[in-house]
Amino acid sequence: MRVGIGLPNAIPGVDRDLLLEWARRADAGPFSSVALLDRLVYDAVEPFSALSAAAAVTERVRLATMIAIGPLRNTALLAKQVASVGTLAGGAHRITLGLAVGARHDDYEAAGVEHAGRGARLSEQLAYLRGGRGKQVHAECDGVELLVGGASGPAFARMARYADGYAHGGGPPRAFAAAAVRARAAWNDLGRDGDPTLWGQAYFTLGDADRGAAYLRDYYAFTGGFAERIAAGNLTSARAVKDLIRGYEAEGCDELVLLPTVADVDDIDRLAEVIA
Amino acid sequence: MKVSIVGAGPAGLYLGILLKKADPAHEVEIVERNAPDATFGWGVVFSGETLGALRDADLPTYIEITDTFARWDTVDIRYRGRLLRSRGHAFSGIARRQLLAILQRRCQELGVKLEFGVEIDDPESVSGDLVVAADGANSLFRRHYADRFGSTVEPQGCKYVWFGTELVLDAFRFIFTETEHGLFQVHSYPFDESTSTFIVECAEPVWRRAGLDQMSEKESLEFCQHLFAEDLGVHRLLSNKSIWLDFLRVSNRTWHHGNVVLLGDAAHTAHFSIGSGTKLAMEDAIVLANACVRHTDVRKALVDYELERQPAVERVQRAADESAGHFARVVHSTHMAPQQFAANLLTRSGRISHAGLAVRDPEFTRALDAWFARDSGASPTAQFAPPPLFAPLRLGSTTIGNRVVVAGRGTDLAAAARTGSGLVTTGMVAVSPDGRIWPDSPVLTDESSIAEWRSAVAGAHEAGALAMIRLGHAGRRGATEPRHRGVDVPLRAGGWPLISASAIPYGPYAPAPTAMDGDDFSRVLDAFASAAGRAAEAGFDALELDAAHGYLLASFVSALANRRDDEYGGSLANRLRFPLEVLAAVRDRWPDDKLLAVRLSVADWARGGVDADDGIEVARAMAAGRAQLIHVEAGQTVAGGMPEYRRGYLTTLSDRVRNEARVPTLVGGYLTTLDEVNTSVVTGRADLCLLDLSPTDSVEEVAV
Repeated sequence: MRVGIGLPNAIPGVDRDLLLEWARRADAGPFSSVALLDRLVYDAVEPFSALSAAAAVTERVRLATMIAIGPLRNTALLAKQVASVGTLAGGAHRITLGLAVGARHDDYEAAGVEHAGRGARLSEQLAYLRGGRGKQVHAECDGVELLVGGASGPAFARMARYADGYAHGGGPPRAFAAAAVRARAAWNDLGRDGDPTLWGQAYFTLGDADRGAAYLRDYYAFTGGFAERIAAGNLTSARAVKDLIRGYEAEGCDELVLLPTVADVDDIDRLAEVIA
Repeated sequence: MKVSIVGAGPAGLYLGILLKKADPAHEVEIVERNAPDATFGWGVVFSGETLGALRDADLPTYIEITDTFARWDTVDIRYRGRLLRSRGHAFSGIARRQLLAILQRRCQELGVKLEFGVEIDDPESVSGDLVVAADGANSLFRRHYADRFGSTVEPQGCKYVWFGTELVLDAFRFIFTETEHGLFQVHSYPFDESTSTFIVECAEPVWRRAGLDQMSEKESLEFCQHLFAEDLGVHRLLSNKSIWLDFLRVSNRTWHHGNVVLLGDAAHTAHFSIGSGTKLAMEDAIVLANACVRHTDVRKALVDYELERQPAVERVQRAADESAGHFARVVHSTHMAPQQFAANLLTRSGRISHAGLAVRDPEFTRALDAWFARDSGASPTAQFAPPPLFAPLRLGSTTIGNRVVVAGRGTDLAAAARTGSGLVTTGMVAVSPDGRIWPDSPVLTDESSIAEWRSAVAGAHEAGALAMIRLGHAGRRGATEPRHRGVDVPLRAGGWPLISASAIPYGPYAPAPTAMDGDDFSRVLDAFASAAGRAAEAGFDALELDAAHGYLLASFVSALANRRDDEYGGSLANRLRFPLEVLAAVRDRWPDDKLLAVRLSVADWARGGVDADDGIEVARAMAAGRAQLIHVEAGQTVAGGMPEYRRGYLTTLSDRVRNEARVPTLVGGYLTTLDEVNTSVVTGRADLCLLDLSPTDSVEEVAV
């Protein structure tokens, strides 16, 4: 199992210096990827802008969205953005595009996009990115690794139909294992060969645990009571990180992304030490 | 901490005990609307695993409870004049009244304040650092905060009534009795030295036909007394406000709101047929009490409680759902031999598999496997036999060596056969060039394609398996990129005209197909029949006609894809017309002594499409059209379906098709273990299983 690290693009107040330093240290560290989140109605840096910046200062790590909310975006422009990040990164092979419908209504409202029908629109975008019937302006997204996230049956079907793998939304290893079974079953149902690539994610801070928890409560405030549960799952010790890594590895996770909850570059070094 | 608990059932009382024990400084008050000795229901059941948790949580009540336990390890099944016994199922039961008395005494001893006969009208009037709603399945608190909790309450399963009886059983006993009105079943178990619980259950239409909807409490008791006279003997059924009920399945998205928390039945119910309501309630209390010890902040404790309990409870609820479904459909299993009927019953919730049964009761399982071997004709006098998957299957003149089917890759069938499977299948082989899914789809469109398949079949035969070809026409799912680029991705360039029942594109960017016209019908019919002839020439032992997953024949079956207004569209009979014509044409051309199967999506998993009831009709029609085997599939009729994936996600559908349409079935649905195959076939849920063999790293070559 590979381990990647999140970029703090969705932590309020993050600036240029921190983002670039974060990306550089991740590239120099034992991480396979840098990945980020997407949230419109929040103090967050837009994911493809953040990935472009990361692309410019990294050589090695894979650049991933975990996930980007596809339906908020115009499909042709999304494809162009993804392809452009690939160009800036030195090739589409460095890009993993995780897409899902997201969980927040207000992002859709703000973007002026209907919330209803979001699943069908995501399928359409995926078909487009796959080059369906030559609709793409150029075949510029060929070579990009596509992941689909979501927990519904249709999300798994969409994943198996169009993507290379599954982007899990987080939780204990047991929750990941249940999702992995569903992903493999869907893959099989759609007649795909082999197995889907499985990406997992978890939140961590090895610094200020209270700040991390406060951030998660704020970021997930829209979920009501679930924010507390997510905050309770934050990995705040080396032991907790190691246990989670071991658990995910045992369940067949291919790449686990550890997402920051405190925008402190020292957390990268602390994490690097734990996973080294 | 001041704790207010509403409801003095097992959950509320036990939580009171544990909190007070953890810290005597806690001020714990329990209010209950009923009197201390009011009882609803008779006995409650516990399984072996719960007891360890109770011992660790509070030893004095554990000792008292287990001292009064009725214990048994046998499940009896009375069915068709036989009594089947299966051992190794550790259970214990206790009178609910007795359990409550023990817990009440312990509360008093510890200084938990108990108040009976107090009705709470306004949940917001209850104060405390922690407010616990342990007020049962009909919880006032849950209803008051229904939006916050995200509550779902819905009836589940059959009509049921909860009696007691002085008939003392030495086992958990299920009784199945056929009447002129339909099937009745009983769940009964002892709970002390003089009394047993006796739950009578039947499907709603049966209940109405029997007139039970019109009967008084006394009349319905007399009805049941009479119905089960043979089992009850001189013993009377006892009523305790015993009226017929619907079981209400309760679930909540979240179990706490602020400092109010749901406990036990208020938070969740699980169908009584797996007997775990009280167990879950007391486990809730243990986990909540422990969380309160770990955290001084109540809200953190409630988050922990929910994080720990929700997944565990959901698993039990899923098992209970399966069990409730089993009893709702059990009338369709009454054609089964008693051994199989019993095995089907014991494995109903999915928690006990064939292997689990063998651990619990090796003798029962040996007898079951031996019966299966005798029934399959393998060894007419067997008293022991290999695991069920090794039993042969006879279908017409075809005998398949075992119950495992493995899919080949392309024209390589030998590798699949070498796994040991009795039957290997191809992927879809197109009957005409325009029926291909992607440009390099395998075909059987002319004489030149026979040779390659002939050697494929020979490879399978050499490895000891029979070979089945899946003949199909992609219909509107044709002209796509190869599957490593995704599924249903329309070809970037090139392609060919598509046909379907109606001119509706399958998915995004897919070209619109042409609705089939008169010439197309005869051309497609001929293509299928000719391909069947070629398949026979190539030496295939079995042929499955692909009428699943939204391909051409499937597009006729579903109203979601078929909008025709001629004799091939409209009613289900009309929509089946063309697939049945193709089946007839293939049957004519395909040798009589060879196996003919149909692969069907028996449910579309999409609104307005084919549901399982329709699917069973379709399977029946195919069987009447001389299909000998139904390969049960579901979904993919339209690109935007709503599948529910999990391990064995097609098994229940296969069970329904096999036992309601009474036709042998082949089922996949992500079956990866031999135990799943053994369980499915021996319990009569399927006849053949498509096994997905995953690579194993259990043996690795090491350099010496």
